[in-house]
Amino acid sequence: MTTLRIKDVFKRYPNGAEAVKGVSVDVEDGELVVFVGPSGCGKSTMLRMVAGLESVTEGEIELAGRVVNDLEPAERNIAMVFQNYALYPHMSVRKNLAYGLKNRGTPQAEIDRKVDEAAKLLQIGEFLDRKPSQLSGGQRQRVAMGRAIVRDPAIFLFDEPLSNLDAKLRNQMRLEIKKLQRSLGTAAIYVTHDQVEAMTLADRIVVLNNGLIEQVGKPHEVYSQPASTFVASFIGAPPMNLLDATLSDGRIEIGGQSFAVQQTQKAGPIKLGLRPERLQVASGGEGFRVEVGVLEDLGATRLIHARLGDQDLTIAQDSELPEPSSEALITFRHDDAHFFDASSGRRI
Amino acid sequence: MEKAQFQSRWMPYLLLAPQMVIIAIFFIWPAAEAIRASFFLEDPFFGNSTFVGLQNYTDALSASDYKRTAWFTVVFTVLVSLLSLALGMMLAVSADRVLRGQSTYKTLLMWVYAIAPPVAGLIGVMLFDQHIGPLVDFAAMFGWHLQIGVDYWDTGFAMIVVSTWKQVPYCFIFFLSGLQSIPTSVKEASAIDCQSETRRFWTITFPLLAPTTFFLLILNITYAMFETFGTIDQIVKDQPGNSPVTLVYKVFRDGFRGNDIGGSSAQSVILMIFVLLLTIVQFRLIERRIHYT
Repeated sequence: MTTLRIKDVFKRYPNGAEAVKGVSVDVEDGELVVFVGPSGCGKSTMLRMVAGLESVTEGEIELAGRVVNDLEPAERNIAMVFQNYALYPHMSVRKNLAYGLKNRGTPQAEIDRKVDEAAKLLQIGEFLDRKPSQLSGGQRQRVAMGRAIVRDPAIFLFDEPLSNLDAKLRNQMRLEIKKLQRSLGTAAIYVTHDQVEAMTLADRIVVLNNGLIEQVGKPHEVYSQPASTFVASFIGAPPMNLLDATLSDGRIEIGGQSFAVQQTQKAGPIKLGLRPERLQVASGGEGFRVEVGVLEDLGATRLIHARLGDQDLTIAQDSELPEPSSEALITFRHDDAHFFDASSGRRI
Repeated sequence: MEKAQFQSRWMPYLLLAPQMVIIAIFFIWPAAEAIRASFFLEDPFFGNSTFVGLQNYTDALSASDYKRTAWFTVVFTVLVSLLSLALGMMLAVSADRVLRGQSTYKTLLMWVYAIAPPVAGLIGVMLFDQHIGPLVDFAAMFGWHLQIGVDYWDTGFAMIVVSTWKQVPYCFIFFLSGLQSIPTSVKEASAIDCQSETRRFWTITFPLLAPTTFFLLILNITYAMFETFGTIDQIVKDQPGNSPVTLVYKVFRDGFRGNDIGGSSAQSVILMIFVLLLTIVQFRLIERRIHYT
């Protein structure tokens, strides 16, 4: 069953600015969908339209079988976790959790039961009588999640919930959010600009750019079959190398060098996409000769920043590094080469 | 915080000196003088004074017009403080919600604050004038014949209206900035948690404005008791005797119009003690219950 159906949604502001330009996505029951994209791509606007905090200019949002376009946020059966937690500073943790239930006329006994249940689940039981200002960032984040859980909503909406936490806590909370969402079985939309969060959390990723969907797919699909140069450069770290090249008769030519590829349908200028981690420094075979520049040792992997003709290329590998300023031979497997249209940037 | 040390140990005192001098000249010296004078009976013509002990105090406190003035001061202060708070908050909440032309509304609501109290008093006198005052005509439409300067309560009513009008913009400015300091996401979270806007106001906005409200309450009480002097003076100075005044105005009138320096000093010492107690009570009792973010 489908929990949320977003159909041809547009968002135009009174000043004429268009934040969302026709987006359609479905969120299935229990599914965690991540909206990812750079700032200004419309991902937060999408989420806020689902929440009812922004009006929908055009299109339809259907939650659990009913169109919610004209419903108030409180009538939509959603729960949202905000970037800066948005806890009520004057209420204790317990009251923060209970507030939404109380306003819906839930009996006190049931409120107490739900609050205690959520507190236990999130291990915030000992903080229930404290004020938010007495909690650490991670604890506040838990309270914010608790506030969403007690509502037992049709869908969770996460608006970059981890971006205010430090790196270590972020990794830990990321895992917890995933476990929690799985065990509750509630559908969720998670908005982030962090591709690592997107890759690790998502059942499906929606990559947004400039108010439009670039690609929808499972994390691995988005990584291995990027639909456009935008997706290719956005998902994966370090980003995919995108090289200007020319294709003709099954041979590809870059900066005066050429070799055979399995791509014969198209001829002319293209963009060749190569993931840094799929390139190897080889001692022989067919490949590109590059000029080795700066080397970066990250511990687990080592990055070689090289130049191929007048274009930059990054290679990630874990074996021995070549000498700086030397020449190296770079090889890759045929199915690791991605071809994109030079003008539209779409995958060929 | 880093601790800075001055080269010379006299430097801090030198830097404090201007403020200390101002406090000494304009507060400590007159206050000491008032306390001294309150124990003497001053001769208005030759400057001779006779020590009378606490007689000025007992006279002041037992006089029936003192009790009447004190009672009016309480009513006046409570009404002016609370009405300014309520109206200021109401206007701020409305202005905060306006999307178009917000700055115009804000300016229109704030400019009254720029008027000096005597000028406000003058405008008030004009608005309540027996012959040309539009407010008198307005009240007459409901069968209420306002007689400023003649009827005790009508005059009091005019004073409260004019004083409140003067203080509302001040409250408005503070409430508006208080409202705008509530994070948008908290307002949005409450919109998701609570459907009723009225309920949201009383459970989220109002408690978060509490520090502002408390601050303004103290300022309003001080304003109503002391700073309304100019306004009151404009309304009552040319009128016959039966007009309500506040204790501060009575101090002025008894001292400088009635030439009873001793009695007037005793009254101002009583006021001083009252303000001291009021301050202690306010900070001890009320501040404890207020959440500061």
